Parts: sequence; C-alpha cells; structure tokens
Amino acid sequence: MTSAGTTTHANDFTGKKGRRFRAARIDWASLLGTGATGLATLLIVAILGIILGNIFINGLPHVSWRFVSTGTATDMFDVNKAGILPMIFGTTARVILMTLFVLPMGVLTAIYLTEYARIHSPFTRIIRGAVNNLAGVPSIVFGLFGAGFFVHFIGRGMDSALQSGGAIVWGQPALIWASATLAVMTLPVVIIATEESLRAIPQGLREASLALGASKLETIIKIVLPQAVPGIMTGAILAISRAAGEVAPILFTGAAYYMRDLPSSLHDQFMDLGYHVFILSTQSPNVDKTRPLLYATVLVLLCLTFMLNIVAIFVRAKMRKKARMLH
Amino acid sequence: MGLRRGHHAKPLEWLAEKLIFVVSLSAILVVFLIFVFIGREALPVLFGRMNTALVQKTIPVEQMDKLNPAQLQDYLGLTKEQFASMDRDTLKELMSLKIESSSESSTDKDASINTTQWRYLLRPHQWSGYDAPQFIWQPVSTIPKYNIVPLIIGSLKVTMVALIFAVPLALGAAIYVSQLARPRVRELAKPVIELLAGIPSVVLGFFALIVMATVLQRISGSQSRLNALCAGIALGFSVIPVVFSIAEDALTSVPRSYVQAALALGASKWKAASQVVLPAAVPGVFAAVALGFGRAIGETMIVLMASGNASVVSWNFFDSTRTITATIAAELGEVVFGSAHYRILFLIGVLLFIVTFLTNMTADIVMNRLKIRMEGKR
Amino acid sequence: MAETTLPKITVALATQPAGTPTSLIEVQDLSLSYGAAQALKSISLGIGEKVVTAFIGPSGCGKSTLLRCFNRMNDLIDNVRIQGSVKIAQQDIYSQEVDVIELRKRVGMVFQKSNPFPKSIFENVAYGLRLQGITRNSQLAAAVEESLRQAALWEEVKDRLHTSGLGLSGGQQQRLCIARAIAIKPEIILMDEPASALDPIATTRVEELILDLKKDYTIVIVTHNMQQAARISDFTAFFYLGELVEYGTTSKIFTNPAKKQTEDYVTGRFG
Repeated sequence: MTSAGTTTHANDFTGKKGRRFRAARIDWASLLGTGATGLATLLIVAILGIILGNIFINGLPHVSWRFVSTGTATDMFDVNKAGILPMIFGTTARVILMTLFVLPMGVLTAIYLTEYARIHSPFTRIIRGAVNNLAGVPSIVFGLFGAGFFVHFIGRGMDSALQSGGAIVWGQPALIWASATLAVMTLPVVIIATEESLRAIPQGLREASLALGASKLETIIKIVLPQAVPGIMTGAILAISRAAGEVAPILFTGAAYYMRDLPSSLHDQFMDLGYHVFILSTQSPNVDKTRPLLYATVLVLLCLTFMLNIVAIFVRAKMRKKARMLH
Repeated sequence: MGLRRGHHAKPLEWLAEKLIFVVSLSAILVVFLIFVFIGREALPVLFGRMNTALVQKTIPVEQMDKLNPAQLQDYLGLTKEQFASMDRDTLKELMSLKIESSSESSTDKDASINTTQWRYLLRPHQWSGYDAPQFIWQPVSTIPKYNIVPLIIGSLKVTMVALIFAVPLALGAAIYVSQLARPRVRELAKPVIELLAGIPSVVLGFFALIVMATVLQRISGSQSRLNALCAGIALGFSVIPVVFSIAEDALTSVPRSYVQAALALGASKWKAASQVVLPAAVPGVFAAVALGFGRAIGETMIVLMASGNASVVSWNFFDSTRTITATIAAELGEVVFGSAHYRILFLIGVLLFIVTFLTNMTADIVMNRLKIRMEGKR
Repeated sequence: MAETTLPKITVALATQPAGTPTSLIEVQDLSLSYGAAQALKSISLGIGEKVVTAFIGPSGCGKSTLLRCFNRMNDLIDNVRIQGSVKIAQQDIYSQEVDVIELRKRVGMVFQKSNPFPKSIFENVAYGLRLQGITRNSQLAAAVEESLRQAALWEEVKDRLHTSGLGLSGGQQQRLCIARAIAIKPEIILMDEPASALDPIATTRVEELILDLKKDYTIVIVTHNMQQAARISDFTAFFYLGELVEYGTTSKIFTNPAKKQTEDYVTGRFG
C-alpha cells in the first residue's frame, strides 16, 4: 500500500472499532415521519378493531340458532323472542334476483365493449365515460331513480295496462323493483370488472386462435372467457357484497319494516337486514331494550358481507397467481 | 378496396352475436336513462314551471267555460284520471273552493309567493313570523319553504369533518404501508385496512349513533348528541379505505428505480418516501382525495342516522345538521308523486349527481395523465 | 353466397418466382395504409410452392405487414385500407366470396412471441382440429402425435401431454406453436420472426425444423437475421420502407445482388 495522504473524512470508515458507519447525529425527521405514519396505520387498524370488537362482544351473546331461523314473533323488540329469518330471507332474495339481472347484462355488455366495439370511435368512448361515471354516483340517487322510474313509471304503467279498476299491484314498492334498482346500481361495477379481466388477457392468445381458423365468437367462448372467469367472479362477488349491505336504494323501492309473512311473489315487499338495523336504531321506542337485538342483527349482517368479501379476495388472489403464469 | 368481415357465420353463431349486441344496447340505454330520467323529473323546477303560491290568480266560477279542459285541469291541479272522472258540478264546486281557500290564506303576506323560484331556493327571505331573513328548508308547512342552502352547508360541513379526519390518517398509512413497512407488515396491513371498506354504511351509522355519539358528548359536552362532528367522523371511517387504496396504489406505482437511487445515495426510507416518491405520486394522491370527497358527500345512511337531521344554517360542528342525502332519504317516502316537493328532491339529487360527476371526472383525468406520464417514463 | 375453397395445386417447383402463373401466392400492386400512414407501396411478387421464402429488411419496412396480408390478420386492425390484389392458388383472397375463417385454416401462422393457450400440450395441438369438428379421441391422439413428431417435440413431451403448455421452455413453446399450426395441415405456413425470442440452441432447432417442414409445406418467413435467411431460405425478398427492393434466389441476393441498396443491407452497411 502506498503511503497515501492522511485525509480524514467526516464519517471515517477506518475509525476505531465500533464506530464504523455510525451517523453523526440522530435523524429526527425520519424517526418522526416513520413514527407518525406508522401510528396512523395502527390507528386505522385500531378503529377497525374497536368497531368490530364492540359489535362482536355485544352481539354474539344474543345470536342463537333460534335467532336466525325463526321469524318475527309478536314482540319484535324483545331479543328473547324475536327472530330475523324474514330479514335474512329478504336480503338473500333481493341479492339473488339482482345477480340474475345484472350478471348477464354486465358481462355481455363488457364483452361487446372489449371485443366487438371499435376501440377508437367516439361512441365507444362516450359509453365508457358514462359507465365509469355511473360507478361513482351516490346510492341515494339510485334510490331516487328506482322510486321514480321503476315504482311509479313502470309499475303504475303495468298496473294501468294489466290491472282493472285502478288496483295497485306493481305500482308500489316491491321486491322486483328493489332488485332492479340494485341491478342498475351494480351494473357499472360488473361491466368495469369484466372489462378489466378481459383486457388482462394478452392479445397474442386471441391472434393465435384466429390464425387457426376460429371465428371471433369461438375465440371468445373457448379462449377468452375461460381465462376471464375468475376476474368476472371477483367483480360479481364484490358487487354482491356491496349490494347486500346497501340500504339507501331500497328505502323506497321495497323494504318494509314489518311483514307478517315472507314475500311470496315479486310484487310483495320484503324485510331486510340492513333496513331493520336502520329502523331499530332510529325508531325503536325503548333504546336500551332493543340494544341487544340491534347488536345481534348487525353481527349477522356483518358476517354475511364479510364472508362474501373474503371469498372475493380469495378468488382474486388465485387469479393473480394464475395470471403470473401466463406471461 | 375496403375490408369486410369476410365471414359467413353459422346461424347459431349469428344468433349469439346478435344477442350480445341487443343485451349490450339495452344495458347502455339503461345507463343513459338514469341521467335522463332524473334530470327530467327535476326539469319543471329548473325552468320555473312549478308554482306553489297559495294565493294564485283565481278565476271566477262563472268563467269556467272560458278555459279549455287542459287549462282547467291545470288550474285545479288535478291529474288526468281525476279530471276525467269528475262531472261539471264537481268541477264547479272545486272552483268555488279554490276561491274560498285563497281568500282565507291571503292574510299571510307570503301566501302569494311561488316558493319554488330560484330566488327562494338560494337566497334568504324574511318569512312572516320571523324577525330576519333566513335560509329555511321546511317543505311540510302551509307555505312550503324550499331553501336548499342549509342542506348544502350541512353536506359540506360533514364532508369537511370526514376529510380532515380521514385524509391524514389514510395518507399516512398509505405512505407507511407502501414505502416504509416491512413486506410482512405490508401484506397484513393492506387487506385489513381494505376490510374497513367492507363494512356497510348502515353499520357505521349504527355505531356512530349508539356508541360514538355518547362518547363524543361526554368528551365535548355539546348540546346535541347527534351532530356534524359525530356523523363526520363516522363518515371518515368509510372514506379512509377509499383514500388509502388509491393513494397506496399511486405510491406503489412510482418506479422502484427512483427509490433505489435515493437509497443508494444514503437517504433513509422516510426521506426517499417523502422527498422522492410522494412528489412523484401527487396526481394519484390528489385523485384519491377527490374520490374520498365524492364518497363522503354522497353517503346517505351514516348521516341519516348520526347527524341529527336539523336543517339549520350553522358552521358550528357541534350542531345538529342535515345533508342533501339525508333529506332525500328522509322525505322521499312521504311526497306526493309529481308535486313540487317531489321535484325539488329530484333537483337536489341532480345537484348531488353533478357534484359527484365532476369530482369523478377530475379524478379520472388526473389518473389518466398520471398513467400516460408513467408509461412514457418507463 | 357459396364459399369457394382453395383448390389444391400440384405444379412443379417454381424456379422463377416473380409473377409466373405457377406461383402459389401472387401479389399484384399491393398497397396498404393504416389511416394516413402507408405501410406497403405497390408490392408485386410471386411465392413458389413448397419452398422457403424469406422477407428481410430493416425494422418498419413492411415485411410483417405483408406477411399478415396473406392470412388476412390485418383485418383485425382498424382503419386499414388495401389496394391491389393477393391471390392464393389463383383465388383473390380479398374477394367477397372468400370466407376468411376457411382461409386461415389453409394458411397457418406462427408468431414472434410464442403464444400457447393456457391449456395442456395435447389440447393446444388439438385446438385447431376440434374447430374442424374432429372430436373422436383416437383421431385426435393420432393427429396430435403426428404433429408433435413433425415439430420435433414429441420425444420431449410424450410423457406429459396433459400438463400445461405454459410449463415448457421458450424454445419448446415455440415448437408447440408450430405443431399446433401444422396439426390442421395448412398448405402455407407464415412465420413472423419465429426464433427472435429464442436462445441460439433453440433457434438452431427451429431452423432445422423449417428445413424439414418444407418438404410438405410452403413456408414464408420474416426475419431480421440475415444469416438465418441465408441459411434456410430458397428465395429472399428485400424490403425497404414499404417497397420491394429486390426479390430473387437466396444465393443471388446474398452473393450478387442486383441493387446497391440490397448489397448495402446484406453486407451490414446499414440496418
């Protein structure tokens, strides 16, 4: 080694043992920044924990098999006698009906927009713009639409055409209108989710299929759709879980506070978990008495939506793994 | 020569493709129908064609025949079916009743005001019985008052509280989770925070009403248990996941090469995050906040349950307040279809729609520009 | 409207490719533009049967575009306008009577980036056969084996026919795509830079395969690798900026080109 000049640097690498690579001062800014943001994360998780914990602790003791499997007894406010089967039934019925409406419409529309429509025409862009914006519209506006269009316009129209003597059968809040309103609300979500999963499929696959002499439809059915199904399912399940918990759109399109029997036809009203929570919270005569009932109902509603969410996340994770194999 | 499709489809295929077109067309029509229908219902108010004045120019009974049937129906305020089902004598009765009631109420100086005019919707007015000009929303009364300013202020108040509460938390968490945390922590924290998004708003409203309101009142000693603060914080809970996921996405899509360059120069993770990544992700963060705003202002159940629903003009966060969304939700069940009240509800619905439309469009444009920039740089 | 099928032609090997009536593919005055940009300018050439013809030229010269005209894959792009004619076996493939689906069954294609379907190896090769309505397992199995043998892949995959095609190496995937294309026995195989994404060993195997295949198929290959063109093709066409500069036997193009531009390119002075 040559005898180089003995220039010393601020952080001397060849300093005494134990002093290598040590900073001269403590970096307060970084500490604070990391601490504050970490705290923010912790806080959010804590909030989630408090909310879920509170509901769980207060609700679990009152959830029993009897609770979820029987209907409303004489005293709807007595937690020992009341049952929420009609609400579970109503929620499930409207969600299933909504899925039957929205899934075919949404998927086929997305297929059209992605595979058939001309990509750069202004027409397609306007449609996409409209769909994207509709996805962000507040749910109460859909409630407005449902009440004004489905219940009054279509419903009353059906009545004057089908019923005699001014009977109102379809022109009032009903299971079918609530489901239709929800279908309209979730349509943009399904379209966007389906479009995304269709676009994720590399163009090379389509070209390979076409080059072998398959028609466009055959390519879509045999190659594109099978690949896109997990993405479509994720979108659908997320839409469903969101719709299951929505109350604003069904306030005036079909939810009822109390019905003696389960809805037996599409033009009946129905009871609903979320709506029940709303009514119990805001209109019960004795808040303390209904508290346990309220907690129990909320717990059941949460379990339902969370189950759906978890299924969707699971499917999405599996799909991401598969997609990584493709490239 | 131009190019044709060049393929003669088998009948089943042709049918299937036509089906796709038809279904898509109807879905697209529905999408546009929503815009059209809601606007249509609000239109009469927008163009000043509704008249709720109690005292309207009355027509003497003797002159009934001077009006044609359409005018008469309009004057008496009847629907087509009602008008058709009445005979001449009934109509005469109705006309004299109208003259009677208008002379009765003509004592009130406000009786002749058409309260659906824009002037009364937006500007304060001194109604009879009040000392000073006020903004009043009181649709259910002899003289219905439709001033929408209290509602707008209510919505803005609650949204502000929600954003002030949620944005720092969500942004901070986004920075931490995306840039500073260890991968294991990241994998845990992200889905947990997104779980918050899975809580239905009615549950959050319930929580605010039953649990938070009591706690807040004890802490702040405020008069109203349900107020803008309580609703705003609960609203914040539902805004946090929205802002968090979009901001986190934006931060994560900043190319890793920037971060590595900064780290290689001796920056700490925090410095790299705050000085390199965050500035690069500003458009995405902006879009996240914009979408959070849109979510907050459009939320219904939480505010319906936890804000107290008093339509007053006040910037005090401890006062009970009422938002546009809660108004629609609370009153749509009781309006007469086609009445002025009904149409004004649609009007504020249109207002809400326009606000969220603009917010989403802004966020979209910003995100698109961001995408183009990112792809250009890569 | 009756669909016309392309008649099989059994003529002697063409030795003079340009414009003779014995060309399998005959291009006359073909011009193609995407919107305002013109990609092909008045191309005329004739491609012989059961030979390997190479299209060479720098990037963007239009060779891939011309290739894709032969099986009408350019139809998939918006705003494409075509003038002139492309005849395969004397049939104008752009005429109204031609069913493009049938055309693509007779003119196969192998792409630059291998694109096996996310299905098993067996199902990948069988896909085209199933499209034609062949569903009997025995028939399919025999055809799949024959194609895989021809593509020199059989020995390597015969024990795992039902595993995913995506689990193969890059070179194997490309040979799988070739097997898939020849399974339906097209008359012409178009190859768009088939070995550009492969390592040298895999490339050699694909080239050997092409030399083998030309016994039964007419092959047109686009390549930016001049040495490759020199190794495997019988005829070569040199393109530049959308125009056909020179077309002749490979030996002539590479040893004694008629145009200076050709000579500059093949000696590496540009491109």
